[in-house]
Amino acid sequence: MKYTVIHITKYVYGDVVPLGHNLVHLRPRETERQTSHSNQIDIAPLPAARRDRIDFFGNHVTWFSIQEPHNGLNVKSRSEVEVWPFTLPDGVGNGVWELIPEIIANSLDPATLDAGQYTFDSPYIARDTKLADYARSDFPPGRSLLDCVMALTLRIHREFIFDKTATTIGTPILEILQNRRGVCQDFAHLQIGCLRSLGLAARYVSGYLVTRPPQGQPKLAGVDASHAWVSVFFPNHGWIDFDPTNGLIPSDEHITLGWARDYEDIGPVKGVIVGGHRHSVRVSVDVQSPVA
Amino acid sequence: MTPETSAPTLPAPLRRGFAGGYTAQPSTFDEMLDADGSLRPHWRMFVSMLDDLGHDELMRRWEQGRRLIHENGITHNVYGDPKGIDRPWSLDFIPLLLPVDQWSRIDAALIQRARLLDLLLADLYGPARCLAAGLLPRELLYANPGFLRPCHGLAPPRGHWLHLYAADMVRSTDGQFQVLSDRTQAPSGAGYTLENRIVLSRALPTLFRQCHVERLAPFFVALRQTLIELAPANRENPRVVLLTPGPYNETYFEHAYLARYLGYTLVQGNDLTVRDARVFLKTLSGLQRVDVILRRVDDNYCDSLELYAHSHLGVPGLLEAIREGNVSVANALGSGLLQAPAFLPFLPGLCRFFLNEDLDLPSVQTWWCGQPQALQYVLDNLRHLVVKPALPAIGGEPIFGRELSTVDLETLAARIRARPIEFVGQEHVVSCTAPALQNDQVQSRRFVVRSYLAATNGSYTVMPGGLTRITGSTDSLVVSLQKGGGSKDTWILADRPVNDVTLLAPTSQPIELTRGGGDLPSRVADDLYWLGRYVQRAESTVRLARSTLTRLMDPGGIQNRAAVERLIVALLGKPGLLLSEWIEQELIDALFAPHRAGGLTSIVSHVHALASVLRDRISGDAWRILQTIQRDITLFGDNSDRSIGVLEMLDKLVLSFAAFIGLAMDSMTRSQSWRFLDMGHRIERALALSRLIQAMLVGSATEDSPLLEAVLEIADSSLTYRRRYMAHLEVAAVVDLLVADETNPRAVAFQVNAIDEHLASLPRESSHPQRNPDRQSALQLRTKLKLADLRAACASVDGRRTRLDDLLTESIDELAKISESLSHLYFSHASASRKFITARPELKS
Repeated sequence: MKYTVIHITKYVYGDVVPLGHNLVHLRPRETERQTSHSNQIDIAPLPAARRDRIDFFGNHVTWFSIQEPHNGLNVKSRSEVEVWPFTLPDGVGNGVWELIPEIIANSLDPATLDAGQYTFDSPYIARDTKLADYARSDFPPGRSLLDCVMALTLRIHREFIFDKTATTIGTPILEILQNRRGVCQDFAHLQIGCLRSLGLAARYVSGYLVTRPPQGQPKLAGVDASHAWVSVFFPNHGWIDFDPTNGLIPSDEHITLGWARDYEDIGPVKGVIVGGHRHSVRVSVDVQSPVA
Repeated sequence: MTPETSAPTLPAPLRRGFAGGYTAQPSTFDEMLDADGSLRPHWRMFVSMLDDLGHDELMRRWEQGRRLIHENGITHNVYGDPKGIDRPWSLDFIPLLLPVDQWSRIDAALIQRARLLDLLLADLYGPARCLAAGLLPRELLYANPGFLRPCHGLAPPRGHWLHLYAADMVRSTDGQFQVLSDRTQAPSGAGYTLENRIVLSRALPTLFRQCHVERLAPFFVALRQTLIELAPANRENPRVVLLTPGPYNETYFEHAYLARYLGYTLVQGNDLTVRDARVFLKTLSGLQRVDVILRRVDDNYCDSLELYAHSHLGVPGLLEAIREGNVSVANALGSGLLQAPAFLPFLPGLCRFFLNEDLDLPSVQTWWCGQPQALQYVLDNLRHLVVKPALPAIGGEPIFGRELSTVDLETLAARIRARPIEFVGQEHVVSCTAPALQNDQVQSRRFVVRSYLAATNGSYTVMPGGLTRITGSTDSLVVSLQKGGGSKDTWILADRPVNDVTLLAPTSQPIELTRGGGDLPSRVADDLYWLGRYVQRAESTVRLARSTLTRLMDPGGIQNRAAVERLIVALLGKPGLLLSEWIEQELIDALFAPHRAGGLTSIVSHVHALASVLRDRISGDAWRILQTIQRDITLFGDNSDRSIGVLEMLDKLVLSFAAFIGLAMDSMTRSQSWRFLDMGHRIERALALSRLIQAMLVGSATEDSPLLEAVLEIADSSLTYRRRYMAHLEVAAVVDLLVADETNPRAVAFQVNAIDEHLASLPRESSHPQRNPDRQSALQLRTKLKLADLRAACASVDGRRTRLDDLLTESIDELAKISESLSHLYFSHASASRKFITARPELKS
């Protein structure tokens, strides 16, 4: 499926800001199932310095500085992306999950060694026995990893309520576990925390999701938002995505920007400004598909 | 008898005198005495020369050395110390002596270790081959908070990550050196080592020369060369800055000291800015390119854009500037990774892997609990081990198993079992002993030596010597400066005379002559300005207090009551109860009681705080005067009856402040630093005098003379007045001399002229006075004072000299405006950076 994604971030500052440095993860990565045909990031005011590079996790990142006095910042990213449907690799449902932590901890094969880094704590996600305990009922001995993770994904979808007002970026995952409310980012962090607490490798995926207007209504521009979900490592098979917010395995309606340990590593836009006591931000995302 | 059978026994006299009373601990290697209790050969010269000095002379020299430490202001901040942040540095008078043949073996082994750690850093921040080879568990990288992912793939100049490295070594009771920990981030203590050396070589100059002590200066020459060669561009004359977290850091003294010694600008994060992926120093004359940063800020705090987001100590955008190759940082950002004790058990294998050599200098035996066998060993032997956090940013003090109860041991074991990868167990190596001077006894102390290495020409140069730290008592087994230990100089004794080297000697290339000083950081200008103001405020207060108390304490009774009343108002800002017997005590308390706002004690502590931040810019002599002032005031403030000796005290302070102002001003080149210090000083002086005249002379009195006498005395202008007008005191004449006379260095007009000249020579975008409010204020005030009709102004109407009052009020207002404009124009850089992040993803389909 081909998509055009337009992701606009608008900052308004309370004061004139003489200098701002920014880092944005807004250019979709290439994957086995995703081709990025084009990407253009327009920034206003025009940055005095700008560099594109690849970060530690292999994601595209753009660094720029605004060096003239400014009252706000607009970043518009336009991407043309093609995504192919997901099919389960053969044999991924075989074997028992409880042997896998051992393999991830000890194997020196490059893919597994690389996956090993996603088993530890990260800035927003600390492993905890409470998280392991929550997940345990979906991980009985003898079950395949695929079945376990799918069961956990469905349970989070079932037991947690989507509520934008319940949490902020800084809400600890144990609090989310207790209150059972939050947004996609919270559910992704929570599920990653559960998986890592069981010794599994799980990473955070940043991206977009195609949304559909209610039956019979036209789709409005800018109503979409950026999305986040989870990817889990299966030794010998690689990474498979799970979306706990929607209780499904992503296919060709999830567009990937990139992945890392958690939100801290791959937030779409972050920056440091000099001065400027207050600021407000508005984000709009539009995912258009020529077919729809 | 043949020589073989007559092993020479030590002559008896060597065991009297200095070493006579010393006993080493049984069955322990001692630095000075061998197993028989005889002096080791390399101590003989030192001990015999010490004995030649004699006990009394030795004590005298020691006292001298201690005074030097106090006066040089060598301090070490102890966090959470209720006595304030500065604690004097504690230096033992007996150096640690090591013969050069012994040292050269350690020297070579340290170089090997530094090369290994440098290669390891390059590998871990690059291909991580040692992980794939199975030589290092992945936790040490991926679960290590010291591994900074944004630093991955950085390519520091010539691939070197480690430019200044230090190793803490302990010499075990069998005499072997072992490494206790590696300092790979921003090792502290090299400056203290230098200062120890200066103090000791000054106190024992002959001994120092005769013992052939290897000099430290060549090491710093090498370090300086290393840093110059790091410069990506501008290799002939690169700008190197020393980045400090600021005066609240425990080793801030050393940052200032090293910056001055090496000739670098001392900067805080806010003094730097990144533009076009280049680093600049914010100075009065604009942005100046920075080529190399020697950092004392931890790597994670260096860039709030890409590293720790809440840091205010770094420079946002720094990493991108490094990536672009526009600036070099020493040590490279990320190098703190290897300070994790968890690396120690893996170094021997890594050494064979990277260097194809065996590790020459062993580490203290360490077990990382992330490995099942090591975990079992640590749990089985917990009582005998030291348990430490394996990965540094997780934090926590070392825990000594032998100090724990059975219950505590079990709790600890449970903590380790729950998160084994976060702990190491380490053998508790008790160090051998060395003699130390305690009061006038020689006692034994345990010690740890910190050695320093600088990267040079693809290898490393070891500092011959280092910082030796000792335990606080004979019984103590743990070395800790935070817990009352001390330090020693470390002497490597050559077998022949050693050449003198100084950092001031001409280097191979002539340096470019410069007289600018245009690189004055705005923050420093700000601090200098306020230093000038506070020093002058202290001087004015002392002079006013002296005149007031002299009159009040006059045994002949209070003859000039009006004068004393007004002086008290000037001093306290409110009328005092003149007839009360308590007024004298009230005044003295207001001046000297600690923590009294506006009192001398608090003004002087402001002066001291500012001078501390400016340590790299204030001459050593001026600093010593300041130390003396602070000590005098503190001691005096602690007296129970402060009325005794208060006049003598004030007399002394008047002289000390005059000396400080004189020295601070005279030893500074007429650069921008001096201008800001002088402006602060002049603005404060003009303000103080205007306020004094207002308090004393605006209300007319039946008898003016006592008032005028007091004003002239405080303004230090009595002599000038008498020379001009003989004994005839008249208000208009006094006001003319103190307000309008442009030739009297104490007069308001003189200050205003000087301020105006300073303002005219500051760098600014437009030189037109009308576009610069500070210059406008100065010009206006200057003209006003020139044109003022003082005889008319001093005419009294209904008991008040209203026009004089207006003139002085206007002068005070304009001076305040100048001060405000200055801070707006030159100091307002301080606005802090703020981090923002975008709205989070919160989609639900």
